[in-house]
Amino acid sequence: MKDGCTIMNDASPFDVDESVPIAAPAPAPPPARRREASIVPVDSIAGRALVSVIAIMTFLASLTVGGVVLIGAAAGEWQSAVAREVTIQIRPTPGRDGDADVATAAKIAGAIPGITDVRPYSKSESAALLEPWLGTGLSLDELPVPRIVVVKLAANPPPDLAPLRRALAERVPGSSLDDHRGWIDRMRAMAHSAVALGLGVLALVLTATVLSVMFATRGAMAANRPIVEVLHFVGARDSFIAGEFQRHFLVLGLKGGMIGGAAALAVFGLAQLIGLWLRGTPGEDQVGALFGTFSIGVDGYAAVLGQVMLIAVVTALTSRLTVRSTLKALE
Amino acid sequence: MVRFENVGLRYGLGPEILRDLTFRIQPNSLQFLTGPSGAGKSSLLRLLFASLKPSRGLINLFGHDIASLSKDALSTLRRRIGIVFQDFRLLDHMTTFENVALPLRVLGRSEESYRAEVAELLHWVGLGHRMHARPPVLSGGEKQRAAIARAVISRPQLLLADEPTGNVDPALAKRLLRLFIELNKSGTSVVIATHDIALMDQFDTRRLVLHEGRLHDYE
Repeated sequence: MKDGCTIMNDASPFDVDESVPIAAPAPAPPPARRREASIVPVDSIAGRALVSVIAIMTFLASLTVGGVVLIGAAAGEWQSAVAREVTIQIRPTPGRDGDADVATAAKIAGAIPGITDVRPYSKSESAALLEPWLGTGLSLDELPVPRIVVVKLAANPPPDLAPLRRALAERVPGSSLDDHRGWIDRMRAMAHSAVALGLGVLALVLTATVLSVMFATRGAMAANRPIVEVLHFVGARDSFIAGEFQRHFLVLGLKGGMIGGAAALAVFGLAQLIGLWLRGTPGEDQVGALFGTFSIGVDGYAAVLGQVMLIAVVTALTSRLTVRSTLKALE
Repeated sequence: MVRFENVGLRYGLGPEILRDLTFRIQPNSLQFLTGPSGAGKSSLLRLLFASLKPSRGLINLFGHDIASLSKDALSTLRRRIGIVFQDFRLLDHMTTFENVALPLRVLGRSEESYRAEVAELLHWVGLGHRMHARPPVLSGGEKQRAAIARAVISRPQLLLADEPTGNVDPALAKRLLRLFIELNKSGTSVVIATHDIALMDQFDTRRLVLHEGRLHDYE
């Protein structure tokens, strides 16, 4: 042997000519450079089953995350759109000229800093708004229908509406200012509920993944007990053994995570394609009004990728902790 | 190198299977450990390998009292001991080369650093042509030699062999024994557990005989 391996003489005890033919006819070349074999066997039925479980978990978790991103983005759009608009409502008051009140209200609103646009609705426009409920050909003169002035607000900085409210109360009796706060609050509550529900589902999926990985790791440890024993016999520390199992399960977690994440992204892509295909139809209009373009956007894709990484890391860490506790129990 | 003083071993609440063992293993020594089946040879080997702790007494390995060592320190200590099992304990999913290289891998060495070393040892034990074969396709003798190669690759100071000739024919047994003697000549202390009296009779060396849980030392 060369340097570092000087325990033996050059002559092998198996080189001598004896009756048992065991020595090599010619020395084989040293193995070429290649990836070191995994100490924990890579392919096993338990491993494939775990990849499937992790793929399904990641798929469900990614759909949840994508859904949460979609709802969050849609709710954000609704909120910002609604919050940038207030409505002055002028109820008909006996003895007052409705058109003059509308003009006064529009003038007051137009004078407030931070208001970008004031648009009084004419009688015919008000009638158009009521058309879905009351039908056509109706004379609004016969009904006490309130008049509306739509006021657009600057996004940044938003105007202070208190002076407007005070001025309207003083100069246009029967008017009120609706800043849609109730509607926004309801939408915000709904969006928060959807996000909380999504996070709850995500927590459940992660818990199920952790439990699956714990059982799988224990199963793998039991199945690979001879390997753990051999590693102990050759002087491996627990941290080395745990590291080998962690690497093995990280690979399984990444495999499963990528399959599940890719499937979820495919579903979102398909939904987006269907949306494009159905563009212009009444059904798509409804869905579009709720969810926009059904695109989860860069945030959504990043969230799904983060999800894949999270599940892989959770898988690896769970396996490490399980291996360490199992090794401790083996003492 | 190894010192046992009044060592006793019992499993759980059972009877003491090893009693009052007091002996030393000197550096560069060769000894047989023998006794009838069930006498406790394998248990004594496990005590020597520090994979079992004694119920009583003192075991000192390489100057360390094993009772005072942490698990990691014991693992480090085991790196100075090579062990060959009767049932080989090779990993079936790894090639002969990978099995033999395992102790070096555990030490954190890269494959590049040990490739030539492992290949040379495999040639030395006559397994150069079986380097890429996996254990299930190796013969009993080849497995035995692979297990021995794995035990000696990291140049241990102490080599323990549990019935190393139990699964091979007499001719191969004699040659395996010569391999151990070669290793002993190169400075490794060797303990060979066997109940093959004919094999022991071929060598005039120390015998540790276990009988009814007690050790009789025949220099």
